[in-house]
Formats: sequence, structure tokens, C-alpha cells
Amino acid sequence: MNHAAGGVPVTPELLLFGAVAGAAALCAVGVVAFNNAIRSALCLVVNFFLLAFLYFTLNAEMLGITQIVVYTGAIMVLFLFVIMLLNLGAPNLLVEKRDPKKYLGILLGCGMFVLLGSQVLPELIKVHAAPLTPELAKFGGPEAIGRTLFTSYMYPFEAVSVLLLIGIVGSILLAKRRI
Amino acid sequence: MPEEAHRARGREIVKVNSLLQMAEFVQHLHPVWQALIRAVLLVIPSLLLLIPIIWWERRLLGWMQDRIGPNRVGNITFSQTSKMVPGFLHGKKFRLFGLAQPLADFGKLLFKEDITPSAIDRIIYFTAPAIALFPAFALAGTIPWGPYTSLTPCGDVNIGVLYIMAVSSLGVYGIVLAGYSANNKFSLMGGLRSSAQMISYELAMGMSLACIVMASGSLKPTEIVAAEHGPLWGFDFAPFCWFENWNILTPFGLVACLVFLVCMVAETNRAPFDLPEAENELVAGYHTEYSSMKFAVFFMGEYAAMFAYGLILCTLFIGGWHLLPIRFGYMSHAYPAFGDVWNMLDTLNGSSILAPVWFVGKGLMVITAYIWLRASMPRLRYDQLMSLGWKSLLPLATANLIVVAIWILATKLASPLIGWCAVLVSAVILYLLYKTINKLNTDKRVDLASREIIMVDEPPRRREVEMVDTAAAPS
Repeated sequence: MNHAAGGVPVTPELLLFGAVAGAAALCAVGVVAFNNAIRSALCLVVNFFLLAFLYFTLNAEMLGITQIVVYTGAIMVLFLFVIMLLNLGAPNLLVEKRDPKKYLGILLGCGMFVLLGSQVLPELIKVHAAPLTPELAKFGGPEAIGRTLFTSYMYPFEAVSVLLLIGIVGSILLAKRRI
Repeated sequence: MPEEAHRARGREIVKVNSLLQMAEFVQHLHPVWQALIRAVLLVIPSLLLLIPIIWWERRLLGWMQDRIGPNRVGNITFSQTSKMVPGFLHGKKFRLFGLAQPLADFGKLLFKEDITPSAIDRIIYFTAPAIALFPAFALAGTIPWGPYTSLTPCGDVNIGVLYIMAVSSLGVYGIVLAGYSANNKFSLMGGLRSSAQMISYELAMGMSLACIVMASGSLKPTEIVAAEHGPLWGFDFAPFCWFENWNILTPFGLVACLVFLVCMVAETNRAPFDLPEAENELVAGYHTEYSSMKFAVFFMGEYAAMFAYGLILCTLFIGGWHLLPIRFGYMSHAYPAFGDVWNMLDTLNGSSILAPVWFVGKGLMVITAYIWLRASMPRLRYDQLMSLGWKSLLPLATANLIVVAIWILATKLASPLIGWCAVLVSAVILYLLYKTINKLNTDKRVDLASREIIMVDEPPRRREVEMVDTAAAPS
């Protein structure tokens, strides 16, 4: 098995993770870097899509596919719809020059990155990919998630569904003048 | 004589076994080859079938609209006298029934001038056709092509139906981005209509798929098909256990199938739901500014998506890869007197290499239904489209879901018979509830029913004209 400089064994999983995570991080940068609202939204779409693939590599396929259905397929379509309907162009007036906040932000961002990296890297170096046991292979599947949702997390699940119902009724109340 | 018959039967069985082995050898190949075969299954069939499908659509539309359709391209008549033609070909005619028409179209699209408007969003404009093509090809990724799991393109995963939902919800991006990037108001209108339409019909489609998932007890397409190959309506006595429990043969499966069919047509932007490209209002909708091969890619994506949805409909509702809903495997077990006949019929019915053939054949039947709809239905108005999606299909699919839940509960608590009685009772109760709510609604909203249009220069009505005529006649 090949070892990279840090002593992390280079496995296909690691390479896949590196590629997907790198692309997702680039897209996340693109969301804030683009002036054009449509391009920012598109970067967010690709970011959500790649996040789903990260979930797939972690055996959480149910979570990954829900990510695509809910975020990529529904919420971001509505975002695009609204942006296109309002026809937002490049906000030329909002571009500021020589803002000290920018450099402060970069500094804080680097600090955050170092903080996160210092937490993640040691774990990454120690961890070896465990062979997939049958219990582990099922842990992200629909059966396991369904069983957990309807036994241990029954109360929060029902509470969330009531919350969503209130949201729907509230939005209808706000949107319609006469009911 | 019996010995000879026995030997012949033996040969027949060997033949069947070798056919089975032919399909199973895939599983013994190197994983890389298996993966390649799956990747090819994902893309090549829909690309290869594109040409006959386009020809079939044009000919069928021609017949349905009482005209001929393309029937000439590809016909060759050789000269009777020329020396350039070999002797045996003199005066011979070759007919291709117009099958070369799609090839001619393809050549035309390839060599057409590729116009790119100047004030466009270049990156999005050029990637939009590719984005439109991706979900169309990826859609059938978890659909099994036969009884062997190695013939499932992306893998026989436990989230197969959810994968279909996820990929079909991505289909809107190509159209929306094409509409936005081309900097044309008709394109933009087409894109906006398309996104609204797809979001609306996605919900009803999800509900109808949820019914099937609940009734079959699995999200895996192979297990759904296996559940469909069980005894009809879950009864294990005589006339019922001869037939297969295809979802379309159960009452809630039939309703779910109809809802899915309508949503599927809406999701692929086909007539009568082709508002995003309505040519009498929006020129060509979202692909107004696309020409040459870029337009051809949209066209290809639409037909590939149609084919993929056809296969999905076959898998989830009409029994997967079996030709007839008859359980020949069970028959050979139950009536061993004709055991070999039943086994042979079972092999022909789809437990062999013939399975992909029947499967594709059924998919083409669904495409024929698409074309039939296009030939016979006028395009819906925008408000009709929205009210059909939100006020009819979604409540229907939700009611269907409730009926399925009651059926599962009653069957598990009591017996299949009581389960079907519960289905009948709950369906009647839900229908009455719907009627009552509708009545209450219309009673309260009389003000909306009688809105009057006041025209400025009102033309004389027909009756008044007639009265004037009769009055004028005596003088």
C-alpha cells in the first residue's frame, strides 16, 4: 500500500474523498466569489450535489439521496426561479475597494481553517479503513433510518411534521387575501 | 418413441441452461468488465433506439393524423440499363420504409449553421445542453434489465426508487439554464414555465411512487419486481395464484400508475404538457436560441428521458421483464403433469436471456402511448396545468397513499380478504369526503362562479342576428 508523506495510506476511498471534497470546497468558494447571482446559485447547486457524493462514500446513501432530492432538486430550483424572476444582474454598485474588513476576513478564515485542520488531521492519520461489516453496511440504509426515526426519535419527528404543517398553513394565510 | 421424446426434452433443457449460463457469465467476469457492461447498458440502448423511436413517432403521427409521414428516405431504385449497376441489380427496388429519415435529420442538424447569439451568458449557454442530457441518461441507472443483478446499470441499491426521484428532479436544470442564458424573453418564459411545471408534478409523482414502495415493502427495483411476480392480490388459492401481482392489476396500483403516467409526460415536457416550448406563444421556448447540434442534444435528451421513464413505468407497474402476468414457475410446481411445458413457457416469459427483450419491448409500448397522447390531446392552458397538478393529481395520489396504508394494516392484522374489503370501504369514504368538501367549497364561493365580462364593442349575438333577419324578410 502506498503511503503519502504524512503516513496516510493512499486508498481509492481517500482519493475519491479528496477529489469530491476539493471540488465541493471550490464550489463553496465560488458561491461567495461570483458577482453574478445565478452563478453563485449554480455553484451552490454543484456543492450540494457533491456533498451527496461525500455522504455516499460514508455509506450514508439514504442521507445522500435525500440531499439531492430536497436541496439540489427542490430548494435550489426555487432559488434559481426567484433569481431569474427578479432578474438580478451583477451588483456593480456594491463592489468596494480597499476595505480593511477583507484582510481581517482572510486572516480569520485562515485561523478557522487551521483550527479545523488541527482537529481533523490527527484523526485522519490514525484512522485505518475498517472492513465493512454487515451491520455497518446497513447503517445508512432506509431500513435503519426508518426504524430509528419511528422508535427513538418518534417525538422530534412528529414535532417537526407539525412545525412544517404550521409553516404551510401560515404561508397560505400570508399569501392569500381571502380564504 | 418415449425414449426419443425424453432425449429431445433433455436437449431442450440443455439449450435453456446454456442460455441461462450465457446471461450469468457476466457475473464471473472481472469487475472492471462488469462495470463497463453496466455503463454501456446505461447509455447505448437509449442512443441506439433513438433512430427507430423517432421514425416510429413520425410514422405513427402520420397515420393518426390521416397522412403518410416520412416513407421515402432510403428507398433505392436501380437503373435497368446502366452499366455502372451490376446485372443482378437491374431494375431492383429496395425499400427502407423511411427508416433513414432520422439519419437524414441527423445529417441536416450536424451541418446546419451553428448560430451563437452575442449577448449571452457564454459558460451557462454552452453547458446547458450537457446538463439537460445528464439526467436523461442517468435516470434508468437503478432499473434492472433482467433477473440478474449484474444487468443493473448503476447497481441494485437499496435506494433505487429514491434515486429515480433524485435524478428526475435534476432534469429541470438544463431547461432553466438554457432559458436564462440565451438572453431571450421567450427562452426565459419557457424556462420559468418549465421549472414551475416540474416542481408541481414532482410531488404527485413522488406520492404515486411512495404507494408502490409501501405496497411492495422495498425501495429496491429488483425487490419491487419480485413482489410483482407473487400471487395476484396476495391470495394463495386457485384462480388467483395462477396470475402475477403486477401493480397495475391492483386497484391502488392502477391509480398510482395513472398518476405516474401523467406526471411522467409532464416531467419530459411532452404534449399535452409541452408549455415550455409552446410554439404558438413562445417561438420554441427554452431552445429558441439553440441551433444545429446544440438543439439536437436537447432533442436527444428528451427522447432518452422518454425511454428511461418508459422502462421505469415497466419496472414499477407492469411487471418488469415478464411478458405475461402468469406464474408459469408456480404452475410447473403445482401441476407437474405438464411440468416441462410450464418450464418452457416460464423461460419464454422472461426467466432467461429473453428478459431484456420483453423489457425493452414494454418500454417501447409506453413510448407509443406517449405518441398517442401527442396525437390526440390539445395542449393544456397554464392554469389548467397547475390545477391538474395541484388540485387533482396530488390529492388523488395522497388519498391513494392512505388507502394503501389501510390495506397494509388490515392485511397484517387480519387476512388479505379483509384487507381488500378495507380498501373498498376506505376508497368509498375518501370519495364521499372529497365530494362533501367540494360541495362546501362551491357553496361558499358563489362570487367567483358568476363573473361577468363586459365587452366594449359587443358583437351581436347569433339569436339577435336571426331575429333581425326574420324581421327583415317580409319587407
